[in-house]
Amino acid sequence: MMATTTEPTTSAPRGGGPPPSRDLRMGRERPLGGFELWAWLFMRISGLVLLILAVGHVLIMHIPGGGVSRIDFGFVATRWSSPFWQTWDWMLLSLALVHGINGLRNITLDHVERTGVRFAANMFFYVLGFTLFVLGTIIVVTFDPSKWPGAV
Amino acid sequence: MAIRASKRKSDYGSVYRGHPGQWSWLFHRVTGVAIILFLFAHVVDTAVIGWGPEAYNRVLSAYENPFVRLLELGLVTAVVYHSLNGIKITLIDFFPRLTRHIKGISIATLLLFIGTMIPIAVIMGKQALDLWNA
Repeated sequence: MMATTTEPTTSAPRGGGPPPSRDLRMGRERPLGGFELWAWLFMRISGLVLLILAVGHVLIMHIPGGGVSRIDFGFVATRWSSPFWQTWDWMLLSLALVHGINGLRNITLDHVERTGVRFAANMFFYVLGFTLFVLGTIIVVTFDPSKWPGAV
Repeated sequence: MAIRASKRKSDYGSVYRGHPGQWSWLFHRVTGVAIILFLFAHVVDTAVIGWGPEAYNRVLSAYENPFVRLLELGLVTAVVYHSLNGIKITLIDFFPRLTRHIKGISIATLLLFIGTMIPIAVIMGKQALDLWNA
């Protein structure tokens, strides 16, 4: 990551690209640029999917049948007996966590100047996000209301 | 690392900073942060269902409050705004020629947002009021 100043002259950007004065920077940047491009693309594609999953989720939960008042253990148990809603909720969990944590990474990149603090903040979010992903996945996949007879 | 940060800044700056779109940029960030912070809590409160009906229903009873209902209206507002504004950003990114119509697109997005939120605010506001009166 901390390349020496002698190296980048060999890695001029493809397709014309910026003037030579920027080559130094571009050469060092390229691997990160590749990831950044994928991250950029991911935000937009996952955003389109989340438009359906997240907006659908909040509207389904909050609008019909008196809204969230109707939600209890039995409601969720019935809902998750359908693989369709299990898949919906798991995809929402995964995409929203990655989308949101990449958003937080962009924010720390913009507003946290000190690299050590930024690294610590990002690591905190990655670990938290991964933990919640594992927790949510286990719950959605293994939830079995028959463990509590009569509850549904 | 410092170079990487400055590059990202200019990536945003060329589109948003100093333009009328800076407000939508700011709202996009604020709503995004609010949503992910809620999501952190929401994954945990939903996971409690794995500990059975008694535990889960007790967690849900904490939400059974008119003020929490208004916070939930705020959450739905944030999700709808972030989604519609995200569509706007994506459209302009993938079809750069739309930048010429940025003002019209921004107004259309705002009108769509307001139009979507009016019925939602009425329905959820009534739910909060019913809970208050109950």
